[in-house]
Amino acid sequence: MGTDNVAALGRRPRTDGGRASAPSRRTPMTWARHGGLTAVVFALPLLVIFGVFSWWPIVSAVIMSFQETNLTDAPTWVGLDNFVAVIEDPLMPQVIRNTAWFALLALVFGYPVPLIGAVLMSELRRRKGLYSVLAYLPVVVPPVVAVLLWKFFYDPRPEGVFNTVLAWFGLGPFPWLSNATWAMPSLVLEATWAAAGATVIIYLAALVSVPAELYDAAEVDGASVLRKVWHVTMPQLRGVLLITLILQIIGTVQVFLEPFLFTNGGPNHATETVMLHVYNLAFASLGNNFGQATALSLMLAVSLAVLSLVYFRATRSWSQS
Amino acid sequence: MKSLRSGIAAALVAISAASLLTACSSSTDDGNPSESNGKVTITVAGLLPTADDAAKQQLADRVASFEEKYPNIKVEPQDYEWLASTFTTQLAGGTLPNVFEIPLTDGKTLIENNQLADIDQYVKALPYGGDFNENLVANGTGADGKIYAVPAKSIYAVALHYNRKLFEKAGLDPDQPPTTWDEVRSAAKKIHDATKAAGYAMMALDNAGGWQLAAAANSRGGVIETFDGTNYTATLDDPAVKAHLEWLKALRWEDNSLLARADLGWGEINAAFAGGEVAMYTSGSDVYNALVESNGVTKDWGYGLTAMPTENGGGALTGGTLAAVTKDSTDAQKDAAVKWIDWWYLSKLQDQEQAVTDAKTRAEADPAQAVGTPVLPIFSEEVYAQSQDWVKDYINVPLDDMKGYSDVMFTQTLVPEASASVQDLYAQLFPVVQAVITDKNADIDELLATANAAGQEKLGS
Repeated sequence: MGTDNVAALGRRPRTDGGRASAPSRRTPMTWARHGGLTAVVFALPLLVIFGVFSWWPIVSAVIMSFQETNLTDAPTWVGLDNFVAVIEDPLMPQVIRNTAWFALLALVFGYPVPLIGAVLMSELRRRKGLYSVLAYLPVVVPPVVAVLLWKFFYDPRPEGVFNTVLAWFGLGPFPWLSNATWAMPSLVLEATWAAAGATVIIYLAALVSVPAELYDAAEVDGASVLRKVWHVTMPQLRGVLLITLILQIIGTVQVFLEPFLFTNGGPNHATETVMLHVYNLAFASLGNNFGQATALSLMLAVSLAVLSLVYFRATRSWSQS
Repeated sequence: MKSLRSGIAAALVAISAASLLTACSSSTDDGNPSESNGKVTITVAGLLPTADDAAKQQLADRVASFEEKYPNIKVEPQDYEWLASTFTTQLAGGTLPNVFEIPLTDGKTLIENNQLADIDQYVKALPYGGDFNENLVANGTGADGKIYAVPAKSIYAVALHYNRKLFEKAGLDPDQPPTTWDEVRSAAKKIHDATKAAGYAMMALDNAGGWQLAAAANSRGGVIETFDGTNYTATLDDPAVKAHLEWLKALRWEDNSLLARADLGWGEINAAFAGGEVAMYTSGSDVYNALVESNGVTKDWGYGLTAMPTENGGGALTGGTLAAVTKDSTDAQKDAAVKWIDWWYLSKLQDQEQAVTDAKTRAEADPAQAVGTPVLPIFSEEVYAQSQDWVKDYINVPLDDMKGYSDVMFTQTLVPEASASVQDLYAQLFPVVQAVITDKNADIDELLATANAAGQEKLGS
């Protein structure tokens, strides 16, 4: 019975029906008898949970983006008003610029750092595990705790932790979070520290799969370490690199935690990102702009989906090695 | 075997589907659970989630005696702390208690948004229903003249809080606190020059920064919003707003006496003040309660309270807490809710026994909580004086060091909050405060023009 069930789970009703010689026998009863129903029953909890907690909120958000609500009375349909209001929002250009700036900085710092880390770590002969743990540790620290710690480090006074350390080298004091120019790079620094570990582990796993013969061949040809990295490692990691790149872009464009906890979008909107703006629209004005918040979220989701599609189209030929 | 399995599977599907339907429909069945057998159940905002056991016991006793008096009403208190974000979430999720608290600031906005129940007839039926301080009850009254929320807990005017010890160190007389903004500036500079502590600090982290800038503008005779009977106009570029920003800029960049932090909210600035980093700041007159409760300030700490500095006919912005009722409450629940509001919030201002019990609990708590902090009267000045007299044996706040405020609290000009989309206007103003604190070259005119245009957008043009 156990193997029967496993077979039923792994099989789709359609293939099951195909096994039957005569198509006329494909009645709901035969479908049920061949385990179709069992499969549905087993899938049901997952479907229900996924439907209620993932898809229903998404559908609700789409509906709400065309409505105006005060969260107590029945909502009214307003057509595209919410989208128009979002587009005409005077803060929107700055919010988009801020988000793009964060994503760019995160890409410039956050993308190569884990790669370099992973390549260096894979070259190590001893204590590889220890360095993996050290690299991954920041990911284990709860994000809110990490931000509060860094907020303490970023104290703009000369006696702040970072300013004290930098003063030993004759640098600073720097204003960190309390200056419009410095605030965003400060957020990126923490975000990179917090996220790099997870990407390092992905790269380390991918590096293991690079055939050792390729390195040996390169070495015979007299390639230096850098040339080996450039001509062997990088092409072999191409698929993984492309995926982590788009994941990183999607992740950073949706950044919320850092600006929310570090600066609440300040000073003077300098770190207000799209997601933080969505939050403010939805929650800071007592539900006045809930429709606009959902409209903006929807626009962000569609933009990211389009970006991902274009990205995969554009890089299709590269990723097939 | 197979058919048996299919049968079990079919039964499972049926059970799952049925339970799903039940789950979906339970919310509609909940419509009137409160009125079965003639008994009404209401949920009410109780204590802060961090409240101690003594306070919880006090609430439980009050609930028990309430239910004894009204055997047909069952009261279920919930932990409650007002935050704009959690409030909006609870409103959206329908999980607000029937009786909940909102800041005075937001009364008008929530009424305008149709988010509060009309409790007019029940409030007016209270023995003192017509005795509320008119200026205050106006914050809970709609354009239709009906009452949607009533003043509860403490009501205050924005005032200037100062550190008497830092005043003394700088050679200033703490019994003669500044009364104009020029005097505040000169005191701040002297304190900074003499003690290295910041002379003054300003909230700027979130809407609280906009709130305090608006309060300062009010004190300089300006407003952030006008109403001509039909339309609201944002006046975030009012000369008084600009004057105060220029003043802050001068303190920050000329005198270096303003604390160089743009990340101070209501709680953070209290902490900075209690930590001796700052000599003066403005906030509600009852902040002393929070300084005692959360920041370890004691009677001999050197706390001083004085009236908001004023000029050009300006006054002090008022604030406080309103109690309101959810819109989906039934009539019976609204009636019960107002009875509870009377019992929990208001009767202690009218009833000696209840006033004394409340004061005794606070004064005898460990550590003792503040009793007697000057606040504005929810009813008349006489009723307030009477209730203070009842609890005089328990008063444990440094009243002599609060005279700058308490001497004028009944005579000073009070300014009500702007009435439409107040939080939206504050949200436009706090980034401007941040800019002035963090950017030496901040262009105040341009910043205010941008903020005002965005504010007007929120008010509807």
